[in-house]
Amino acid sequence: MYLLAIDWFFIIEKLLLIVCIVTLSMVVAMYSTYGERKVAGFFQDRLGPNRAGPFGLLQPLADAGKLFFKEEIIPLASSKFLFILGPALAMITALLTSAVIPWSTPLQIGDRVVPLQIADINVGILFVFAAVSVGVYGIMIGGWASNNKFSLLAGIRGASQMVSYELPMGLALLGVLLFVGDLRMSSIVQSQIDNGWHVFYQPIGFIVFFVCALAECNRTPFDLPEAESELNFGYHQEYSSMKLGFYLFAEYINMFISCVVMTCLFFGGYDIPFVNEAEWGLHPNLLALIGFAVIMGKSLFFVFVFMWIRWTVPRFRFDQLMNLGWKKLIPLALVNMVISAALILWLKK
Amino acid sequence: MSVTQILFWFLSILALFGAIMVVVSRNPVHSVLWLIMTFFAISGHYIVLNAQFLAVVNIIVYAGAIMVLFLFVIMLMNLNKTAAPKRNRWLKLAGGIAGGCLMLVLVAALRDSELKGQFAQVNTGDIGLIKSLGKELFTTYVIPFELSSILFLSAMVGAVVLGKKD
Repeated sequence: MYLLAIDWFFIIEKLLLIVCIVTLSMVVAMYSTYGERKVAGFFQDRLGPNRAGPFGLLQPLADAGKLFFKEEIIPLASSKFLFILGPALAMITALLTSAVIPWSTPLQIGDRVVPLQIADINVGILFVFAAVSVGVYGIMIGGWASNNKFSLLAGIRGASQMVSYELPMGLALLGVLLFVGDLRMSSIVQSQIDNGWHVFYQPIGFIVFFVCALAECNRTPFDLPEAESELNFGYHQEYSSMKLGFYLFAEYINMFISCVVMTCLFFGGYDIPFVNEAEWGLHPNLLALIGFAVIMGKSLFFVFVFMWIRWTVPRFRFDQLMNLGWKKLIPLALVNMVISAALILWLKK
Repeated sequence: MSVTQILFWFLSILALFGAIMVVVSRNPVHSVLWLIMTFFAISGHYIVLNAQFLAVVNIIVYAGAIMVLFLFVIMLMNLNKTAAPKRNRWLKLAGGIAGGCLMLVLVAALRDSELKGQFAQVNTGDIGLIKSLGKELFTTYVIPFELSSILFLSAMVGAVVLGKKD
């Protein structure tokens, strides 16, 4: 089936994959809200949501229904188009990153091999950074279009926080990239299957990356853009109904996707530790399912760690946040990069 | 028309439309947003030319960092329509003539250049890929590369010195 010199089966395959991955991210984000409240309940010695359905499992659906049917208010003095563009951009950029993640080993349908990755582009990890750096606009445009000084302040805080933490994030990754020698996400995972997880080679790089991921997702202790106690509700204060829902949802999707990226970069992606699963002689489809379960398990563990941190550590002050980013994390990441570059040069000769 | 041609025309129209809107819009924040769209269209052109690295770096550096700083400044200055300086009619005319002259020179230069018969290599060539780019930068062009690094460093030091003045 060729038309316009395009293989249309390829397009259909990728479209199906995109639909699956977007749905997956949405469902995980939905149940992260439930998980967050359960975890918060556990940490504060309460029960958490337990009314809707067994164990409160239908709570996210109830929340979504509530958000859908709430009255939608757009401030009169705001720029209407940009006011709507803000949450839309936040959502789009949150979902964009999932395009380069290798979810598992390829599936085999008939004699067609279907890789479980939307696009294995040769600048994969840079694509993640591009999506993250464009993610600032959702917050900034939303904050500005609300025509509210608290929202604007929060938007600018959020943008400066994200711009400053992108730097150490990129520098922390350089060690891994020097080790792998390729920017493709699939070869980063493959290198870990062959040589062991990167977290053992790059512990400092991982710690810096983890802190930056917390900051990029605007999670406590870095939730300065929201900061209920000083900025009311931050950049989405003027939003109501599903637009507010989009902002909150995008945050959870960001959290899930950054946990998956972290798993792929430092914890072997879909690799099962200590065993060589390719030798088991299982059907490739079954192997792909196992790999997918493994990557989800690792990522959900990190989601739990994110929640754990949120309900344990208090929020930073803004100057402390900037000091940590510029004066501690960047030098640390630079030292890590120089040392690992020297070691790689010395050992590979 | 092949797919690359359709993409080329689509991206070109997008880039030109965005660039015109940057100049035409009244609100400076809208101008910045149109400029960001123009950068995205240009990144698309890079991808059509098989220069993925340039495309992604263009988005990270220009759309993701520099334009954020632009937005910062403009949002904090709170420019209103009344605050915009009144444009003199003669100034507009002079600007139009100067721009027209520049375009004339550029078109004339392109018409007589040796590149005229050559077309851009679409979808082939590996010049824009990260490996060949890095090799070229650190072998053939190592001195200009290091010189520009020193320039950046001095700009950074200058910014820190200026910031610490008071």
